[in-house]
Amino acid sequence: MHIAEGFLPPVHAAAWTVAAAPFVIHGGRSVVRQVRDHPETKLLLGASGAFTFVLSAIKLPSVTGSSSHPTGTGLGAVLFRPPVMAFLGTVVLLFQALLLAHGGITTLGANAFSMAIVGPWVGYAAYRVVGRLGGGISLSVFFAMALADLSTYCVTSMQLALAFPDPSSGIVGAASKFLSIFAVTQIPLAIAEGLLGVLVFRVLRDVAAPELIRLGVLPDPTPDPPHRAPSGTPTETTEA
Amino acid sequence: MRKSAITMLLVAGIVAIVGVALVVDSHRTTDGERFVGTDSAATSQIERDNPDYEPWFSSIYAPTSGEVESGLFALQAALGGLVLGYCIGALRGRRRHDPAPAVTPAPAPDHA
Repeated sequence: MHIAEGFLPPVHAAAWTVAAAPFVIHGGRSVVRQVRDHPETKLLLGASGAFTFVLSAIKLPSVTGSSSHPTGTGLGAVLFRPPVMAFLGTVVLLFQALLLAHGGITTLGANAFSMAIVGPWVGYAAYRVVGRLGGGISLSVFFAMALADLSTYCVTSMQLALAFPDPSSGIVGAASKFLSIFAVTQIPLAIAEGLLGVLVFRVLRDVAAPELIRLGVLPDPTPDPPHRAPSGTPTETTEA
Repeated sequence: MRKSAITMLLVAGIVAIVGVALVVDSHRTTDGERFVGTDSAATSQIERDNPDYEPWFSSIYAPTSGEVESGLFALQAALGGLVLGYCIGALRGRRRHDPAPAVTPAPAPDHA
């Protein structure tokens, strides 16, 4: 989903940068507030950022014969809500743009919009919807991870279609062309990422249950504690 | 026991998805590079359809060899893995040392 450096016309590059900037700035403030107000969740925050950092470095082969990397932004979106990932995801993209010539500074806004903003929000929405439907926490995490990954690549396809419409079939034709490159390859990889996300979440549930309860990801076992944290997402989901 | 069985199934699922891709590819008879990254496939598609488009900015630093590039990618994965492992290890240590930490008084609701 990395649009290469210089491969968005200047107007598009500027527009996506302007669109992404408020989310990333707000995300940066969310990270600072999270660390200041809930220092006990710092290790989980580090784990979420590191997870994205690892996954976006690894290109996996897909049955379509091309390869692509997962995004890993769904986990942090579930644990800390999407704004935090807007910041952490952009840091990862910046690292890759500067050191690996993967993505770019001019396309950072567009890439951040797909991987660090839309992906986490779609993943978080999927997590809430599946939880509301009674899917259980593992299934919710699976869909959060898989759809955060897949939606990122769909947004990239749309961004490229807007910038490079097909001469005959226009934006729609170009979109289907780019979707056939990105999205189709990504489907099996998104499923693999969903499974990996569940794996990591199960480890975190073992070692960080109190922190996850504090974040509202796991239900609070005590019925009415004196200091209930209003933080995070209320979950009606219970483990299936 | 049931818990570790689920873990094994999850690992097996991931290995199977990647494994199927590799096995299917070994039966393909295409020439040229295999498993081209989708990022570069999209870039070539743009270049093919819009031969007039000139990238107007190029990377400040670009690894000049594929070897160096894959090394830098490995470095990224290693750094991420290191931090992830440290965080999980530290959380595990925290549990061992203090199985049920007292929850600090909740601050004012502040999240957006």
